[in-house]
Amino acid sequence: MSQETKQASSNGKYRVLGTRPVRHDGADKVTGKAIYTADVKAASMANGFVLRSPHAHARIKSIDTSAAEALDGVLAVMTAEDLPDVTDKIADLGEGSVNLAHLSNNVLAQDKVLYRGHAVAAVAAVNVHIAEEAANLIKVEYETLPSVTWVLDAMKDDAPLLHENLYTSSGGEKADTASNVGVHLNFQQGDLQKGFEEADAVVEREFKMATVHQGYIEPHAVVVDWNHDGRIKVWASTQGSFTCRQQTAEVLQVPLSHVTVVPCEIGGGFGGKIAIYLEPLAAVLSRKSGRPVQIVMRRNDVFEATGPTPGAFVRVKLGATKDGKLTAGEAWLAYESGAYPGGMLGPGCMCVFSCYDIPNALVDGYEVCLNKPHIKAYRAPGATQAAFATESVMDELAEKLGIDILEFQQKNAAKEGTRRVDGPVYPKVGLVECLDAAATSDHWNSTLEGPHRGRGIASGFWFGCGLKSSVVASVNSDGTINLTEGSTDIGGTRTSIAMQMAEVLGLDAQDINPRVVDTDNIGYTDVTGGSRTTFATGMAAYEAGLDLQRQMTERAAELWDCNSEDIQIESGNFVSSSQTATFKELATELFKAGEPLVGRATVAPDCSTNGFGTHIVDVEVDMDTGKVKILRYTVIQDAGKAIHPSYVEGQLQGGAVQGIGWALNEEYFFDDDGEMRNASFLDYRMPTAYDLPMIDTIIVEAENPDHPYGVRGVGETPIIPPPAAIANAICHATGVRMEELPMSPPRLWKAIQQNQDGN
Amino acid sequence: MAIVFIPSQLRSLTKGIEQVQLDVRNVRQVIEQLEDRFPGVRERLCDGDDLSPAIQVCVGQNISTRGMFTKIEADHEVHFLPAIGGG
Repeated sequence: MSQETKQASSNGKYRVLGTRPVRHDGADKVTGKAIYTADVKAASMANGFVLRSPHAHARIKSIDTSAAEALDGVLAVMTAEDLPDVTDKIADLGEGSVNLAHLSNNVLAQDKVLYRGHAVAAVAAVNVHIAEEAANLIKVEYETLPSVTWVLDAMKDDAPLLHENLYTSSGGEKADTASNVGVHLNFQQGDLQKGFEEADAVVEREFKMATVHQGYIEPHAVVVDWNHDGRIKVWASTQGSFTCRQQTAEVLQVPLSHVTVVPCEIGGGFGGKIAIYLEPLAAVLSRKSGRPVQIVMRRNDVFEATGPTPGAFVRVKLGATKDGKLTAGEAWLAYESGAYPGGMLGPGCMCVFSCYDIPNALVDGYEVCLNKPHIKAYRAPGATQAAFATESVMDELAEKLGIDILEFQQKNAAKEGTRRVDGPVYPKVGLVECLDAAATSDHWNSTLEGPHRGRGIASGFWFGCGLKSSVVASVNSDGTINLTEGSTDIGGTRTSIAMQMAEVLGLDAQDINPRVVDTDNIGYTDVTGGSRTTFATGMAAYEAGLDLQRQMTERAAELWDCNSEDIQIESGNFVSSSQTATFKELATELFKAGEPLVGRATVAPDCSTNGFGTHIVDVEVDMDTGKVKILRYTVIQDAGKAIHPSYVEGQLQGGAVQGIGWALNEEYFFDDDGEMRNASFLDYRMPTAYDLPMIDTIIVEAENPDHPYGVRGVGETPIIPPPAAIANAICHATGVRMEELPMSPPRLWKAIQQNQDGN
Repeated sequence: MAIVFIPSQLRSLTKGIEQVQLDVRNVRQVIEQLEDRFPGVRERLCDGDDLSPAIQVCVGQNISTRGMFTKIEADHEVHFLPAIGGG
């Protein structure tokens, strides 16, 4: 096990940042006292159950709920007729947007079901067993329609059409005829033909990637109480309480102020718990039954009805000179968006060449509807698929040129001033530092011996964003602080945010008591997603600390009979020519002397945090079975400034493990009828601790100039490189260049056999 | 003057022009001036009075959440990019 930090500039600057205090929610989490949504029990609470479509594509001809309503113990039954009509309005959700008609339709199907598992009706009863029994008494008459579950098939002219009113948008221009292709994107840079003419070597390959799920441990769950006064209280497992509130209010067509969302502890989200699924159902059932209603998804419902990340087809062509300089790149991407338009094509196209300085490039991308659940984000959405293709071709091109792959990456690495193919120029970024750290790492410099063993390396990039955050800091009479915030804590952010306030005020992390509160008790805060929370909500905590210092300086001047300009802040202490006080000492005095102290801050930083990472992996391949064993794995990533290194390491390790699962095993298996045949954790094979070695980490700290402490987002980048790094390692172990994910034993075994047969 | 990059899929409206220099202080003025010079651009980039939800704007080196209100300084680059949702 090896975890190390390579600091570029912040050594010894901080008292709290960079330390590893015990997390504020640690005791509750390890003793089982933390409250998750399924733990919420309201008085007279009913249980809900959702009836889902057995067909991948069908028209709903009729729904008869009479038998369900007549069953003893049933309190309410609903169909799409109980939801208000929502127009084709686009709602801005901060990070991304949603078509409300599609959202409402996904919550409960109206005239058509678009995937197996699509919700059709819902029941509330005195217990979940009666609710399930009643749901099964609902008679739905379907007219089944042909379905399609592979992206290239769905693009064909004769493919089953999901939406008769979907016209391809190319830069805002709509096509004349309806199709499953919702969006066409195109980026161009330089002169592509000239770039390839200048190349001494060119490699082009096509890659296929299966649909995978985020695989969070906690299923979607919700409790809703629609009170008689029209106020709706929602307890939810959500990455964003305000986003949840907005979607719920929009689908139900009620004012935002009538909805309160209480974010419970969350057992993983990874982008899959931003959209709502159950909230409007539980709300309507609550209104109809007069009771709070709880709905908890079963695991198969989570797989079949919530957002997987897109399967994709990507073709990448790269050219370089014999001295290893990239001259041209061309990419063609087709990404699934699932049952509705609106997916992850944009970032896929923007990330496909984002790690390298490529002067001449062309990217074409297509986003395609098909009969699967509506696609949702999954840690750096769209980037992993793109990187699998580009980083595989980079490895092959280096091999063709006879250049060491790491040297090839270093020679072409994006850095400050590099223009991405989609246009923007990078500010200060840390890919070069990551590659340098890889070059000097123990892993890269170690010897790998033995048959059928290989080493691979790959890099990845994710934007990271700022968005909106609010915090309030109430100072207690002893100088400790109650910090309220709106960011759901998924990866230890309570503590990483509190540490930034502690640092600015000269306090210890444990002097701050952070609490994630409901939407009535804090200002608007965007989702915990986009690698933004430690960056942006941490920035808000820093700003709230400065707000407190401003207030305290003014009031200290009155106490100390001096001008506020004569008081300086030094390491969190208040210093005048004749007096010095720590934060706690001054806070205690000011509490006695007058009004309570409350600091506040709201931020909306306009910037990307630009996170780069590089992964190294050693594998051993069983040539008889195609099973891949991970022998050693190292994640190197630029964190800007690691506020709490343990949490950064946790993000790097967690992302890498999910990427390893994506690389080697995870996929949705559909039969010819569009039914997922492996909708359980028994059959949907995610890696466990038994499958993996300790994931080593190297944290690089190339400070982000857009954050007071240099923080970059870290949560998403680590899922990007694993499939490509592992594919490259497999190639070096076996001579087989894999072009399809997952590289599962049967698929790899077949490729090995074909390679040995000379096919 | 700010340098406004024309997305490749809108260059049919600009007769192939890839970038223009504009004297503007915010994104709203960019849209207005582009529409004056290249009719049809507004419809492709906007939804009513706002930027299309499918579009985000990058000013300088920063992706902005302020849409039409995003401030622009002389020598800034302006790019119109696809909107992104994260995980």
